Amino acid sequence: MSAKPILSVEGLGKRFEVGGGLLRRPAQVHAVVDASFEVAERACLGLVGESGCGKSTLARCLLRLVEPDEGRIVFEGEDVRSLDGPALRRLRRRMQMVFQDPYASLNPRRTVRQTLAEPLVVHGLATGEAVDARVEAALAEVGLPPDSAPRFPHEFSGGQRQRIGIARALVLEPRFIVADEPVSALDVSVQAQVLKLLEALRERHGLSMLFVSHDLGVVRHVCDRVAVMYLGRVVEEAPVPDIFDRPLHPYTRMLRAASPVPDARARFSLPRVEGEIPSAMDPPGGCAFHPRCPSALARCAKERPALADLRGGHRVACFLHSPEAAP
Amino acid sequence: MSAPAAVLPARGWTRRFRANPTSWLGVALIAAVVLAALLASTIWPLDPLEQNVAERLMAPTAAHPLGTDTFGRDVLARLLHAARISLLIGAFSIALAMTIGSAIGIAAGYLGGWFDAAVTSLLDVLLSFPTLLLGLMVVAMLGPSMGNLVIAIAITELAPFARVARAPTITLKGRDFVEAGRALGFSDLRLVVVHIIPNLLSEVVVVASLWLATAIRTEASLSFIGLGVKPPTATWGGMIREGFENILDAPWLALAPSLAILVTVLGLNLLGDGLRDAIDPRARRD
Repeated sequence: MSAKPILSVEGLGKRFEVGGGLLRRPAQVHAVVDASFEVAERACLGLVGESGCGKSTLARCLLRLVEPDEGRIVFEGEDVRSLDGPALRRLRRRMQMVFQDPYASLNPRRTVRQTLAEPLVVHGLATGEAVDARVEAALAEVGLPPDSAPRFPHEFSGGQRQRIGIARALVLEPRFIVADEPVSALDVSVQAQVLKLLEALRERHGLSMLFVSHDLGVVRHVCDRVAVMYLGRVVEEAPVPDIFDRPLHPYTRMLRAASPVPDARARFSLPRVEGEIPSAMDPPGGCAFHPRCPSALARCAKERPALADLRGGHRVACFLHSPEAAP
Repeated sequence: MSAPAAVLPARGWTRRFRANPTSWLGVALIAAVVLAALLASTIWPLDPLEQNVAERLMAPTAAHPLGTDTFGRDVLARLLHAARISLLIGAFSIALAMTIGSAIGIAAGYLGGWFDAAVTSLLDVLLSFPTLLLGLMVVAMLGPSMGNLVIAIAITELAPFARVARAPTITLKGRDFVEAGRALGFSDLRLVVVHIIPNLLSEVVVVASLWLATAIRTEASLSFIGLGVKPPTATWGGMIREGFENILDAPWLALAPSLAILVTVLGLNLLGDGLRDAIDPRARRD
């Protein structure tokens, strides 16, 4: 990671309280614990993990849609957590989000034109005919015909709706896009088109991106680096080729085994790990992965390995690879 | 109670509404009552306030199709003019209750936290009073006048509107398109007015049509116990009370306004049920 980071995150944490009442103390869910990573200018970092591992919460924390409890987020040299009012609004021009569910992320009562024009008007970026021109340009950019503008979301297919969602994120000309599982609600045939579109847009506008997914296969196509999350913690982070060819953390190896490999020669045997993800309300002690880990050591149940830097920008939190990495 | 099409969810609700014969019955009954109220003087040009002692307590005849009351006033004329008062008070009180009640519910649902808890508890207190008793207390405090009656009835119906607006606000607040709006830098006011309210208006409109019936009944009940619009202005509740004294010798005096209330309330309930079923087919009860 030689390029200057556009976004750097340090020790980010978010807890949710669930249940509780007048006399009962609420349980705490540690959705994100001590997450640290950087995204280089024009790069794409993939964030993968099973459902419930905290990746969506982490993504929302970056945009302050969810308020983080601790840690630092620095975006283009600005401390995101200290922003307020107009400064936060300016941040939102530069950092945008693409949502998972293209059916829930568009207001059913607003036409495509209204949806795309609203951000421009709110931020005072265009008035009158200039708005229409920019709406048309945004539609063209995501590959939708100009006559889509007066139509309502229900008149479009899932893939087209996701294109509208992408156009809405792009209309403010952001520098950074947080894409939260942008293709997982789509048909496989449509997924590839939308991924290609995201790639092309990233190229054309010089965007940086955080790409959240539960599917390593999808991440392989769009990302430069991948961070793997397990129960709120980043357990491994490395460039894409390393994650795919030399996954180190047993959990990454398990995810890797779960995603199909098209090239028969590239297949290699990996341990399959059984079992369900434990409850985030009561995570196992030591390394959170040890109850499911095929190579767990005795110390894994007692101590938690820290994320340690190995050569080539490969970071992993596992005693198998960095025995000295006690916290 | 019609709502602009753009406000109601998805396509097809008009088709479902039209396909339901009982909704049409509701529309017909309400249209008849509204027309009768609007055209009262044209349909039946007698003065509802003109007394004629020589013709008191007359049974229905061609000159007085519904007979006359103790002051010799024409009951049909009084019935038609009373419809205006009932509908006006009902409509104004519902409009007031809908505006303020929904605003309270939306604020509670959107802001959440202690504010929501406080508002919800207060609404529960308000709901625990029977409608009539609450209306009675408010009119007793404010004094009986048409404006106060509107306020009193509106207060009795705040809680249902607040509840109906609060629940969908909480759901909509968590929807991705509202979150997307927040990410785009929209203000809370814009999110509520542009993105939340249009999506819950249909539910509020259905409640309005159902509670309009209750408002008209409450007005009649308050008039019946003498806390409504002051005589000699004709109101349905007041007419029932006046007719009650002669229920044995001149039953039409109480019967005519009672039937008018019955028809109006029935019509509004059918209309409201039809709207509800059309807008949310899942809520249809067999």
